[in-house]
Amino acid sequence: MKPSLRKGFIFGLPLVLFLALAVLLASRNGEDPSYLPSARLQQPVPAFSLSSLEDPERMLDPSIFQGQVSLLNVWATWCVSCLVEHPVLLNMAADGVRIIGVNYKDDRQAAQAYLRERGNPFAETVFDERGDLGLDLGVYGAPETYLIDAQGRIRYRAVGVLDAKAWLQELKPRYDAVRAESAGAK
Amino acid sequence: MKYLGIVLGLLLTVTAQAAIDVREFRSPVDEARYRALIDELRCPKCQNTNLAGSDAGLADDLKDRVYEQIQAGRSDGEIRDYLVVRYGDFISYKPPMKASTLLLWWGPALLLVSVGFVLWRRSLRKPARVNPLNADEQAHLQRLLTGSAQPPIDSEPRA
Repeated sequence: MKPSLRKGFIFGLPLVLFLALAVLLASRNGEDPSYLPSARLQQPVPAFSLSSLEDPERMLDPSIFQGQVSLLNVWATWCVSCLVEHPVLLNMAADGVRIIGVNYKDDRQAAQAYLRERGNPFAETVFDERGDLGLDLGVYGAPETYLIDAQGRIRYRAVGVLDAKAWLQELKPRYDAVRAESAGAK
Repeated sequence: MKYLGIVLGLLLTVTAQAAIDVREFRSPVDEARYRALIDELRCPKCQNTNLAGSDAGLADDLKDRVYEQIQAGRSDGEIRDYLVVRYGDFISYKPPMKASTLLLWWGPALLLVSVGFVLWRRSLRKPARVNPLNADEQAHLQRLLTGSAQPPIDSEPRA
């Protein structure tokens, strides 16, 4: 190696490494490193046949997602963050967003009382007592909110509290895009 | 007497700990498979811990599923697939080899090979060229080495 080249290498390499690291860290800045995208993106909501929370006699299955864009919200009365996002869900429902609740590993009476007290933002609530649907969805931390398109396919998963900011910045643009897409398909 | 409560408390915690993972298997082979699987599978909730080492509710659920499926006679591969479909490759500490995990699998080997290459190149490099000593200098060196440290006779007079 020529001395000049060698010198360039010695001084240039740390600089290149630094820049690469800086770009990498800057691009990851503000992201939640524990976030996992759903393993079922673009796939249909997994099959289930579970009773409605309000009416134990009425069975629900994935056909409730057919025909319109919905959000699927996994919640439970034991989940403290779910309390926080509840008013946001109520507002969204008032704005015409269709939300399907999945009551995850919960007590039926407690969950019914919870919705009576705080209001019910859910068009339907699936009662997933054993957590089977939650497990099939790959839920790893309630609350989780899934965006489901009009064909019943999972398009996005948001993990954690859905506050007004998360709704407006993270989920709503995607929700609007999927709505526009299904409106265009008709 | 004062410590009796504490001792009893400690005993209780030990039994509770042990009770968590007492499961009945049909054979020691099944039990070994279960241990190996929960060792290899990763808890999605408390990331960076495996199922065996996690007390999270989700980890217990997943351990239950692994156990149920072993009892139902499923193979290790089937159980792994069952979880990967739901939680993605993240669930396993042994992710499959594909484009996005190539660096993960081969990065260390690549690093080893490149360092080896650099060291090999360095070992081939010729030693630095030095001017050989002339006869006088050689004689001087010899004297220094044998102990009679006097300046060479035919060197220039000192200033």
